[in-house]
Amino acid sequence: MKYPKNGRFGEFGGKYIPETLVPAIEELEENYLKFKNDKNFKKELDYYLKVFAGRPTPLYYAKNLSEKLGGAKIYLKREDLLHGGAHKINNTLGQALLAKKMKKKRIIAETGAGQHGVATAMACAALGMKAEVYMGYKDTIRQKLNVFRMNLLGSKVHPVKSGSKTLKDAINEAIRDWITNVETTYYLLGSAVGPHPYPVMVRDFQSVIGNEIKSQMKKINKTPDSVIACVGGGSNAIGTFYPLVDTNAEIIGVEAAGHGLKSKKHSATLSAGSKGVLHGMMTYLLQDKEGQITETHSISAGLDYPGVGPEHSYFKDTKRVKYHAATDTEVIDAFLMLTRTEGIIPALESAHAIAEAIKVARKGKKSESIVVTLSGRGDKDVEEVQNYLSKNVKD
Amino acid sequence: MSKIKEKFADLQSRKEKALISYIMAGFPNEKSTLSVVKGLVKGGVDIIELGFPFSDPLADGPVIQNASTISLEKGTKIDKFFALVKKIRKETDTPLILMTYTNILYHKGYSKFIADAKKAGIDGFILPDMSVEESKDYLQAAKNKVDTIFLISPNTSKTRIQKIAKASSGFLYLVAVYGTTGVKTGIKNYTIDAIKNVKKQTKGKIPVGVGFGVSTPDDVKKYIKAGADGVIVGSAFLKLIEKTPQNKLESKIASFTKSLKKQTLQKK
Repeated sequence: MKYPKNGRFGEFGGKYIPETLVPAIEELEENYLKFKNDKNFKKELDYYLKVFAGRPTPLYYAKNLSEKLGGAKIYLKREDLLHGGAHKINNTLGQALLAKKMKKKRIIAETGAGQHGVATAMACAALGMKAEVYMGYKDTIRQKLNVFRMNLLGSKVHPVKSGSKTLKDAINEAIRDWITNVETTYYLLGSAVGPHPYPVMVRDFQSVIGNEIKSQMKKINKTPDSVIACVGGGSNAIGTFYPLVDTNAEIIGVEAAGHGLKSKKHSATLSAGSKGVLHGMMTYLLQDKEGQITETHSISAGLDYPGVGPEHSYFKDTKRVKYHAATDTEVIDAFLMLTRTEGIIPALESAHAIAEAIKVARKGKKSESIVVTLSGRGDKDVEEVQNYLSKNVKD
Repeated sequence: MSKIKEKFADLQSRKEKALISYIMAGFPNEKSTLSVVKGLVKGGVDIIELGFPFSDPLADGPVIQNASTISLEKGTKIDKFFALVKKIRKETDTPLILMTYTNILYHKGYSKFIADAKKAGIDGFILPDMSVEESKDYLQAAKNKVDTIFLISPNTSKTRIQKIAKASSGFLYLVAVYGTTGVKTGIKNYTIDAIKNVKKQTKGKIPVGVGFGVSTPDDVKKYIKAGADGVIVGSAFLKLIEKTPQNKLESKIASFTKSLKKQTLQKK
């Protein structure tokens, strides 16, 4: 896999960090480069991915949904079947194992909806480590069961009451902790964001998704015509896309349009944002005229972030990947349709990708195939959906 | 010679060290900022750092975070900030440094922002999330206009100290402790060692200021004794501003400033 020179994807990425973190970032990069091709490291990670997390995940032909739409065939990459219920474990196992090799005793992480926090807690428990997780106060209320799950797994959750009390503030607070405890602590970042080498490292650990898609499609003598994944920070998307960017597939990332792109209540960074510097990286951001970061909205807490991974910004500008957005209403419709036709309850994040797939499939030919990464399962979201439906009565 | 360099040269000729204060513009409001500046000048401050608030101040502790939030809520904007700087310039000649985060400059364009700031009366910049590796465009925009003050940490390697010193002008900002701004941990041995090390590495070519967690006259005394050319006090001022009524701000700030400044005078 290609390694970005100076940590840049075109003009995006880099390391805009307080000086105190520089030695820690250098140490991390050095160790990552050393272990990523190390036979024993890879063997150990493969073992955990297979036996602990449940890889490879199936590629499932969504026959009922495809036939109902009457167009292209939809295949679902079932990351929702992984241990913990989301793709996050691919990255947390990789990084927790790296932290262990680096002999770091203390792990910190941030989490939005709680999926990355739970996946961190699981990986740490399995590898005999303890994690402390920063979570926006608002999110601890929205996702209180995930807080309890982390506690059960032996991790401590710190509610973050600064700023907008959501994911971006949890990242700020985790970085502050890292600055303070830099000598002992490993920061296990959950998305393909942050200063170099995080975006490339998280991409590499998540690329298992795209690599499996490639070989699973090959087994049924197909190559995907379209590949679709949802984008918040963009870790499941970059893991899906990266191994497929040198194929002919049309690649589409789907952001959260919330109440609509013109409403200001959305999290569609690539569709509606501008370039800037946040959380150690240069990338597209949602910001006001003065360069202040604006608050975001999405029905799915996991996409509620005003930035995006720098490699996505690069793929947007080079036009290799198209970035679209799905509104809350479209997402709920897609959620219900997949649930009823296939018996699969998707995470609301993943339902954004499903919403796009429905549109693409309708327009497509029967001979064409679409692969959608179903990044997580929706058990955590049923209450949110229930609330939404009770407020928006439908026939 | 820049105002900041002149100030350090002047202090050196009088065998004094620099007292540098940090305050957040517009905290708790614009009027109070002017009173605070008057108090600082009256108390004998040498350089003033004016914070411009950013929504995500990730190098700052709770005190400055809170001040940023309040300043933003009160409607602090870039144009209003520059107008305030112009007002301050009418009151005092004290060198002014703008401290904010990279995105504020990047968003407007480094050249445009720096030119506007210079015109208003800003003499230098501190950006805690601007690492020297990413600073090419910023340095180019600042060249011969304003000083660029970079930060050094106790864990910064010798080769990096050289690199950072080369990119810096005005002074070098040595972060006293591992942590964010305003965290009180007492004087650490590693900080004293770091001051000596940075002084040794830079061979007196550029002054070294020590900040983060410096809050009392005793802190000032100890860092000066260890060899610092200046100290930066921030959160302690903000705490005082927060609990002092407007009509007493100027005098309270002046007397606290005086107590700190006293420790920077060479004793015979």
